[in-house]
Amino acid sequence: MVIGMSAPDTDRMITVENVTKRYGDKVAVDDLSFEVKPGIVTGFLGPNGAGKSTTMRLILGLDAPTAGTVTLDGRKYQDLPAPLHEVGAMLEARAIHTGRSAYNHLLALAQTHGIGRSRVNEVIDLVGIQAVARKRVGGFSLGMGQRLGVAAALLGDPRVLILDEPANGLDPEGILWIRTLLKRLAKDGRTVFLSSHLMSEMAQTADHLVVIGRGRLIADTTVEDFVHRASTGAAVRVVSEQATALRDALAAHDARVDNVERGVLEVHGLTGRQIGEIALAEQIVLAELTPLQASLEQAFMQLTGETVEYHAASTDSDDDNTTLRAAA
Amino acid sequence: MSATSATLDAPVRATVTRERVTQARVIRSEWTKLWSLRSTRWTLLVAILGMAGLGPLIATVQMNRWNHMGLGDRLHFNPINTGLGGYHFAQLAIGVLGVLVLTGEYSTGQIRSTFMAVPKRLPVLWAKAGTFAAVTFALMLISGLIAFLASQSILTQHHVQTTLDHAPALRSWVGAALYLAVLSVLALSLGAIVRNTAGGIALFAGLLFVIPGLAAILPTSTQNAINPYLPSVAGTGILSGTRDAYTFSPWGGFALFCGYTVLALVVAAVLMRRRDA
Repeated sequence: MVIGMSAPDTDRMITVENVTKRYGDKVAVDDLSFEVKPGIVTGFLGPNGAGKSTTMRLILGLDAPTAGTVTLDGRKYQDLPAPLHEVGAMLEARAIHTGRSAYNHLLALAQTHGIGRSRVNEVIDLVGIQAVARKRVGGFSLGMGQRLGVAAALLGDPRVLILDEPANGLDPEGILWIRTLLKRLAKDGRTVFLSSHLMSEMAQTADHLVVIGRGRLIADTTVEDFVHRASTGAAVRVVSEQATALRDALAAHDARVDNVERGVLEVHGLTGRQIGEIALAEQIVLAELTPLQASLEQAFMQLTGETVEYHAASTDSDDDNTTLRAAA
Repeated sequence: MSATSATLDAPVRATVTRERVTQARVIRSEWTKLWSLRSTRWTLLVAILGMAGLGPLIATVQMNRWNHMGLGDRLHFNPINTGLGGYHFAQLAIGVLGVLVLTGEYSTGQIRSTFMAVPKRLPVLWAKAGTFAAVTFALMLISGLIAFLASQSILTQHHVQTTLDHAPALRSWVGAALYLAVLSVLALSLGAIVRNTAGGIALFAGLLFVIPGLAAILPTSTQNAINPYLPSVAGTGILSGTRDAYTFSPWGGFALFCGYTVLALVVAAVLMRRRDA
């Protein structure tokens, strides 16, 4: 276990205030405000192109916001006297010279802060890249590159960690490793802020969610609340022997009813209680009445649906089947 | 990866002393960065070989042909220029490497890691310029001396050698190293401005090698008026044993060349502070 943990700093957090970032006429981040609280893992979610990486670059002082302010514990990143001790970051895009060895890359970073070689070796051990530490980074696999990125982020033993898609390119074992590591880092009282476009990854790792789409804030909430919010207005599953009669009865109450399979309906626009009452009035026997809770994925899709920048052209699978059958 | 389970219990938090970023530390870091790239070591080796080797080679050719050389050639012969002729080649290697010092970071994304560690950014520019210029100066001073001494010993065949006690010889030897050191900063600044390897090298080559060629095809009066201001002409007076017409004094020209370099460095600094990384 970790020895010598310091007490969590309750004021250590990332504050994004009314931040807008434009590149030419393209708005990457649009009047975005949120806070990242210490001691927990905050997930930063959004479809590809939503502005997650831009927001992280703004936090890290790599890009300057067009409007608004970003502060870490009340200070701008540029004003931190020893940034690697305050914030450790790993960006999604590789930020490492391919011609240098992992060891020398970390050493050069360490030297800017007067961090010794022993710490460099320590983080190399920590992320498990001892075997390749003296090799040129250009030959690293995606997973190795991610581990090196994590090593660089941990170099200064920072209180805040910012990780852009850390699970990218990792094998299942690597994903488990990063998940465990992140939870432990948060348990030490560190602020962990990580982005992903994958809901399932967030469900496993994050306590709190900041969801953005097209550069705008969509939700700033807990994982449970996020799912709950997306579930309101979701379907209710009804199973009955008299499905046809029930469908007519429900349709008369302005509900949208889908016949999922024989005897199974999915009802939109009515609560379970309302459906029960209608069934009672019509003397229809119900075998099952289940409010369907949206999965994290569905919640994500529903809330970000309109904000996805590039939609895939919808392919109707039924039509495809028909075509195939006709051709056969 | 098999290391996973073993590393889960390793300490994340360590005995890290919390020290701040200083200019000296950034220089230390840039020193490590400079030498930890294979391309740097090779290019510097090429510059050394060019600087140290070409002078003696030219001297050898001249001595072998001496008896066949015309009176004009013999009159214009200068033992200093022969000995330090390798700078023509060394400046190309130094310039390309200078451009790469920054564009290499931009093209690989390394610059983001660099600026995350040193968010004030300018200490990085000063450290890169300082270390690269110092390394260039030291290496070129040594290889220039080797070239000079070796060449002079070859030139004794026809007794046309000179020595370092000879004032222009001493100035030219140190001047060659100074010129290449300042040139390295100029190239590095151009790389920082353009942030693209191909563009940076094109700009560097354009300024040093193409513009003189263009000036040469202008009418003579215009050419003579422009000539002293060309970076390559202004900068190389200091390393020449002879003085051409329509040039500034060796130190005056060198001061102008330093001025160009400072200008490029200042533009690079302003842009580095302002632009998104």
